[in-house]
Amino acid sequence: MAVPSVKESFSAKINQVTIGATAAEGGTRTRTVTIGGDTGLPLAGFEARYPNPPALVMEVSNTGADGWPPETKKHMADVAGDVGKWAAKCEQWGADMVCLRLRAAHPDEGGRSAQDCAGDVKAVLESCGLPLIVWGVDVPEVDNVLLPKCAQIAAGENCLLGTAKEKNYRTLAAACLADGHKIISESPCDINLAKQVNILLQDAGVSLEDIVIYPTTSALGFGMVYIYSVMERARLAALAGDRLLQQPVLLNVGEETCRVKEAKVPQDEQPGWGPAQARAPLWEAATALGLVEAGGGLFVLRNPEALAQVREAVGRVWPKAQ
Amino acid sequence: MFAIGERINGMFKNVRNAIQSRNKDVIHGVARKQLEAGADALDINVGPTKGKAVDNMLWLVETVQEVTDKPLCIDTPKFDVMQEALKACRNPRIINSTKATEEDLERYVALAAETGSRLIALTIDASGVPADVDGRVMMGATIVTKAMEGGLDISSIYIDPVILPVNVAPKVPQNVMEAIRQLKLISDPPPKFVIGLSNVSQSCRETHLINRIYLAMAIAAGLDGAIVDVTDRELMEAAITAELLMEKQIYCDDYVAAYMRSK
Repeated sequence: MAVPSVKESFSAKINQVTIGATAAEGGTRTRTVTIGGDTGLPLAGFEARYPNPPALVMEVSNTGADGWPPETKKHMADVAGDVGKWAAKCEQWGADMVCLRLRAAHPDEGGRSAQDCAGDVKAVLESCGLPLIVWGVDVPEVDNVLLPKCAQIAAGENCLLGTAKEKNYRTLAAACLADGHKIISESPCDINLAKQVNILLQDAGVSLEDIVIYPTTSALGFGMVYIYSVMERARLAALAGDRLLQQPVLLNVGEETCRVKEAKVPQDEQPGWGPAQARAPLWEAATALGLVEAGGGLFVLRNPEALAQVREAVGRVWPKAQ
Repeated sequence: MFAIGERINGMFKNVRNAIQSRNKDVIHGVARKQLEAGADALDINVGPTKGKAVDNMLWLVETVQEVTDKPLCIDTPKFDVMQEALKACRNPRIINSTKATEEDLERYVALAAETGSRLIALTIDASGVPADVDGRVMMGATIVTKAMEGGLDISSIYIDPVILPVNVAPKVPQNVMEAIRQLKLISDPPPKFVIGLSNVSQSCRETHLINRIYLAMAIAAGLDGAIVDVTDRELMEAAITAELLMEKQIYCDDYVAAYMRSK
């Protein structure tokens, strides 16, 4: 008697989103990055297709790397004062993309002007050919001046700009539409809000195919499981046909991991935890990999050793193209 | 909910006149209005129009498929008219409907399988509409068995447990819901269910109110689709809300718009 097939098949799939524009497309990037396209639940290579492995993004901050765990900071200590040099180094580290965090624009960080931050974007675009994410400071009055300026200076480069939230999305949506960028749709680990922000963006004229979902992120041991759960529920709904959840997902792993003591404290404070030099990248890589299994498409990392570890691990488990 | 628009039916005067005078514009208009309101399929029924049923039906099918690729639900009691209409229909097809007698099921299941159509099967046999839950359940089971024997996949079957007007058949609304609940257990995957919703309020006064409350109740019992007035916005919102409350959709504040835009 033949054993019946238990392969699942779904009526819908995850959107593919391309970030970056080469000269042929009107930009100056040396390559583009495409994420998403999964036709089934994560990593089920026997029953679905996965055209794009997760993209690994390195974070660059225009406030430098002060306060980052020493074992992470050591990698970029020589370039952390210069966003252009830092971005170039990210390319050497093997990143697929760069994520420029414009933290200096925050009032608590000195309130760097929108003009100067746009200059930072320009510097990164000139020194590094990787596709770019530009990320504001989550203060509406600041972002609504800052991000349009950055969108303008990066016009034609098909960046990914963030973030749009339920209470502040119109200005960013307009800027992305005007200058041809993709948009990050943020919601605080809340699947209902994730859908709602997407429908608000759609109302504002953004195509659902130009959106990347950011459900926020928590480190391993500090709430990663909640992010995993939201991603899993969203993925199931997406594959069943919910167009408001079919967007690929971005995770902000580096920043969240750097906050936790497991990534930071030296071994003499916690002898049982082993050497800090292994722990910093390992906590970041383990968090990222847990969320790869949840179907994440874009991972923003800080530690280049973590990037290497994630790349190698994904290479081992990612379903081969048929 | 699989919403089958009910308006292209010769019992409505404007449709009847349009069929008689071969006025495509009117039919196109009725079709478009239903599609814009969110119809997933369109019921096509010549009703009491004068002239040969097969000619009227063929004209109607041809006219409607000019303006949509959505499934057409061919609604006629005549087997020969059904055969001709299915041949002429380029869109996905739904046979509306067969009764649950042996002979009817055999030939309609064969027709559905040959033509790659879905089939709506009523729980009515030679003795008429069953008086209670058990009669509907037995016929539902017969429908499923006959479908499988005839090579028709369970996903191509819609069982219609025949809703009747609440004023003259007060127990039937409950019986239909209970029959759906019971029949959902007989196979894995379970069969799907549709009803002709407007029947529940026929010759009652509060037709819209009765229709939308019953639709919500029946969705909770497991109803998958219905032949409805899709242009009744409150009715559609009730159905979408019932499905939300049955966890068929994830909530967001604009869940109605989200549902409508997903079509």
